[in-house]
Amino acid sequence: MTIHIAIILPLLMAAFIPFLHHYITRKWIGWFVLAAPITAFILLVRFIPHIASGETITYTINWMPSLGIQFTTYLDGLSMLFSLLITGVGTLVVFYAIFYLSTKEALHHFYCYLLLFMGAMLGVVFSDNLIVLYAFWELTSVSSFLLIAFWHHRRASRHGARKSMLITVTGGIAMLAGFLMLYVLTDTFSIREIIAQASTISTEPLFIAALLCILLGAFTKSAQFPFHIWLPQAMEAPTPVSAYLHSATMVKAGIYIVARMTPIFAYHMSWFWIVTFVGLITLFWGSFNAVKQTDLKALLAFSTVSQLGMIMSLFGMGSIAYHIDVPTEAIIYAEASFVALFHLVNHSTFKGALFMMVGIIDHEAGTRDVRKLGGLMTIMPATFTIAVIGSLSMAGLPPFNGFLSKEMFLTSALEMTSIDTLSLSTVTAVIPIIAWVASVFTFIYCMIIIFKTFLGQKTELLAVRKIHEAPIGMLISPFVLVAFVIGIFFFPNVLVKYVLAPAMLSVFPTLAPMEELAPKVYAWHGFNTELLMTIGIIVFGLLLYMTLSTWRRIYDAFPQKLTLNSLFDRALVESVTVSSFITKLYMTRSFRHYMLYIYVFVIVVVGSFFIWQDTFRFSVANNATVHIYEVLLVFVMAIAAIAMLFVKSRVTAVVLNGVLGFGVSIFFVIFRAPDLALTQLIVESVTTVLFLLCFTYLPEWKRERSTVHVKVTNAIISVAVGMLVVAVALSVIYFNEFKTISSYFENAYELAGGKNIVNTILGDFRAFDTMLEVVVLCIAGLGVYTMMKFKAKKGGDHE
Amino acid sequence: MMRINDVILRTVARFIVFIILTLAIYLFFAGHYSPGGGFIGGLVIASAFVLLYVTYDIEKVKAGIPIDFKVLAAIGVFLAVGTGFSSVLFGHDFLTQVAKDFHIPFLGEKELGTVMIFELGVALTVVGVVMTIIVSIAEGTEDEWKR
Repeated sequence: MTIHIAIILPLLMAAFIPFLHHYITRKWIGWFVLAAPITAFILLVRFIPHIASGETITYTINWMPSLGIQFTTYLDGLSMLFSLLITGVGTLVVFYAIFYLSTKEALHHFYCYLLLFMGAMLGVVFSDNLIVLYAFWELTSVSSFLLIAFWHHRRASRHGARKSMLITVTGGIAMLAGFLMLYVLTDTFSIREIIAQASTISTEPLFIAALLCILLGAFTKSAQFPFHIWLPQAMEAPTPVSAYLHSATMVKAGIYIVARMTPIFAYHMSWFWIVTFVGLITLFWGSFNAVKQTDLKALLAFSTVSQLGMIMSLFGMGSIAYHIDVPTEAIIYAEASFVALFHLVNHSTFKGALFMMVGIIDHEAGTRDVRKLGGLMTIMPATFTIAVIGSLSMAGLPPFNGFLSKEMFLTSALEMTSIDTLSLSTVTAVIPIIAWVASVFTFIYCMIIIFKTFLGQKTELLAVRKIHEAPIGMLISPFVLVAFVIGIFFFPNVLVKYVLAPAMLSVFPTLAPMEELAPKVYAWHGFNTELLMTIGIIVFGLLLYMTLSTWRRIYDAFPQKLTLNSLFDRALVESVTVSSFITKLYMTRSFRHYMLYIYVFVIVVVGSFFIWQDTFRFSVANNATVHIYEVLLVFVMAIAAIAMLFVKSRVTAVVLNGVLGFGVSIFFVIFRAPDLALTQLIVESVTTVLFLLCFTYLPEWKRERSTVHVKVTNAIISVAVGMLVVAVALSVIYFNEFKTISSYFENAYELAGGKNIVNTILGDFRAFDTMLEVVVLCIAGLGVYTMMKFKAKKGGDHE
Repeated sequence: MMRINDVILRTVARFIVFIILTLAIYLFFAGHYSPGGGFIGGLVIASAFVLLYVTYDIEKVKAGIPIDFKVLAAIGVFLAVGTGFSSVLFGHDFLTQVAKDFHIPFLGEKELGTVMIFELGVALTVVGVVMTIIVSIAEGTEDEWKR
């Protein structure tokens, strides 16, 4: 139950913040919001001892049990690790944002979206049910969209937001398809139950499809190559958002899915290949491109892409353990996944600090362009400290936590070459090479952050602006993070014991007991290959950094037209052109054509279905006696309907239409359906008023002049539709393909406590339908409203 | 717009509206056992308002009934969806409705259920949406006339 509270609390607060801001001063909103992540964090920390001893906590709230959709939360090592990051970094980010954002901004919107994200993200990591997980997953995409477009008056913000939305939601939908395939295979939406069946389903053909679909979702979310293009543009968001969503939490949702799904999909070799190599390519491409950037935030974005690739590839490498039969050997290979989890935490600490550092520079100097910056060290010593610790940790130098995980990453990469059981060593030999080259580039861009921003000549910008150190409030959050960067280096095994070891148990539930899964982390391994590789990285990195200006030109060698970004933009433009072309093919603005499509469709689909099923039946044997007044009523309605074709004025037509409607309601009365009759009567009167209101919009009522050909087609189609409806109405009585549901309605009083069957259907038996109908109705109303308002604004321009 | 002599309509509408509204409230509460319910109740209320709009001009009615119908529709949706979730909070399935007998002064034993809140949501949405559509189209029409 506590876990549910942790998810719902931020969401509830998000709902109230927009109202609250009327009553409290803007300055205080942030402090109020801060309560949400702190409360959730404290709630979760209390569970650490339980989780560390290998327990898991499950709690189910029934949602739609008949569809297998339950709001089940599952707290184990993996979700604990992620939720601590979400709430912990969330606390620091909110605290940072209080000082970062000016009180003139729309703070109530900002914090509303941020809390929405926080709740959704917690929902993703805690949900055991795939459908609930998917819903929260999309909610994170939506809140990320809103946060990127927070400064929506900027064009770049809107573009970045749209790009991230398009890419992540496309992946999300693919993932939903994958989830549904898993459901088909296992008949359950519960992740734990699917894991239990994992080894039996891996031979099914649908298994590969599900694997690919889910990986697509994970890769788009975690900005893996070639979907990484949205992340650099998402940097248009305010810096606290970049630090939180686009480096520490949301982009790790894809990694979470990969880790969570490893026990299901690792049984297939393709999981190892795809995850490892997509990760490695991303690792290299991200670090290679980061060096090129001049905007500090774009540089950090590419560096995040690269680091995410590294974590991803580590999870891929670790999954090979599922294919190795000797348990002691398998544990050694599984260590790669441990490194992934370890580096995930480390990355959140140093990258969060670096983003906040860039935010401070942007805030104080008004620019993030490294070409305009320089010599800030003496002016901003505290910020400089943060930058040095963060960058050196990212570069993999001691005494910072990045050194530990980088070293272990190289170990895992080297171990991959020694796999002989699968005779893969020729291919896996490239893994340490890619890892090493990417690390060199990582080192270079870390140097750029330190040297180009803080050392060197003071640029003229500094002479113009009075730049000073950031206020203390903005420095607290990054300092807490760098304290972790150093703290984890000296005491890594505390983290391992309480957080990482239980998380390993979630990734490898059956491999070995928890204590054996997580190795002890040491800073000093002796003089081995990894250490030599690190020294090589430093030497080559420094060399290449010194000569950066000479080899920089290789970035220009790549044609601008062929970059993924311009391909994406072009595809977007093309898709609009093509779809508007297709739309214009049938949207002819001719009312007759639209009616034609609808009715021909009805005739073809319904008619052929009934003929195919051979269900056209008619018999008078069971009919009740037809009374004379019923015949008369039909006669009146028929006359009204036919007369409508020949009247000269629109008002007459409306009145005749009313005759039809009231006739139908009289039939309802005769057939003892008072509810329907009442509804029909009122709807009829309201529509008549609407008709009258719409008069000014309608063109002049005049005789239509059309060719014989058109008239004949019209006649054929209208007669066919009429006959089809009559035939269907008559046959429906004899249609018994489905189980009858009338017994429910007969027992309405016992089942739903109501005697009015119509209402018990609306409010109880089919309440879900009614609820959604109400929502649809509301959307339709808003649609009409906006259409009318926008039209008025544009001065009656119908285009 | 052209002024029409509609004294009779104006006089009659004045109290007819209250009769319609009373009927609407009756229909709303009667819905569980006899014809009526949230949807019909909402429609009847909307038709009462429509009568007012037809009789008097929009500005006058807006001053008399200062309700933003869009907000009303949103509140309705919130109630309808909210009752679904509230049952989840009490450990029941989504959209489970509960009813209990209450003793209400002057009315005696009456059954009250959460389905009532759900129906209220439906009613408010119907009123809100119907009125939003009609008012926005009517205002659009007036703009057209002014041009």
